[in-house]
Amino acid sequence: MGDLNAGDAIPELRVTPDKYLPHRYAGASGDFNPIHIDPEFAKAVGLPNTILHGLYMMGLVARAATDVGGGDPRALKRLSVQFRGMGAPETEIAVTGTVKSLDGDRATLDVVAAQGENQTIRNAEAEVQL
Amino acid sequence: MAIKTEAIGKEWPATKYEIGREKIREYATVVGLDNPVHLDREAAKAAGYRDVVAPPMFAVVYSSPAMAPAMFDPDVGMNFAAMVHGGQEFEWDEPACCGDEITTTAKCRDISEKDGKGFYLFETDSVNQNGDRVARGTWTLIVRGV
Repeated sequence: MGDLNAGDAIPELRVTPDKYLPHRYAGASGDFNPIHIDPEFAKAVGLPNTILHGLYMMGLVARAATDVGGGDPRALKRLSVQFRGMGAPETEIAVTGTVKSLDGDRATLDVVAAQGENQTIRNAEAEVQL
Repeated sequence: MAIKTEAIGKEWPATKYEIGREKIREYATVVGLDNPVHLDREAAKAAGYRDVVAPPMFAVVYSSPAMAPAMFDPDVGMNFAAMVHGGQEFEWDEPACCGDEITTTAKCRDISEKDGKGFYLFETDSVNQNGDRVARGTWTLIVRGV
């Protein structure tokens, strides 16, 4: 990672969460909000179907940012995200980003998580120890 | 209608969470993390950790129990039917490992209104059994039509 420069793209992460991913994430995280696991409930509150947990997608952004620092969890120092579009299961998520700035061995990354044109996480800023 | 702001600065009682090895494995697996420091004690020790280490975003698992009383407090008075999670930030310090007992305190940092939306900012501060900070979270919850 020694040759990282401002403006460089970070390695892309692509994941397609299966139909039951939100159930497993609910169990792992303790967030059982029915909009993520109950299609009838989701539709009753005006959603097209169950939606992904925003914090699951933030977990993917954290994974991509940590990888830039070599994969050790201590590399990720700070992560700030804004949740925008809703994410759907069974649709590929692409986590992409660029190096915004470098300060010694600290990189600040600008990261987006999207399903096609739908940017579910925008303006994500990650500080990574290289 | 004016938004209620008297909860700004309010702090709620701390919650405790003891980190378990299988809970770390469950979380890491769901997010697709295969680094053995999350899964194997010997690999974690070889990398300088006391025991298997939680992925950074595991912070939501140990800190969100402290958010529940804050979010449901009538002094805050949020309309849950119209609430969305607008933003999230974590800053990490000491790694959180299996066996650590994490104490988290939640505080309301700000409540404001803009363009008919209520913006509720909460802060969580999580420390381990030695009193060392492991993570600080900023939670932005947005309520439409206030």
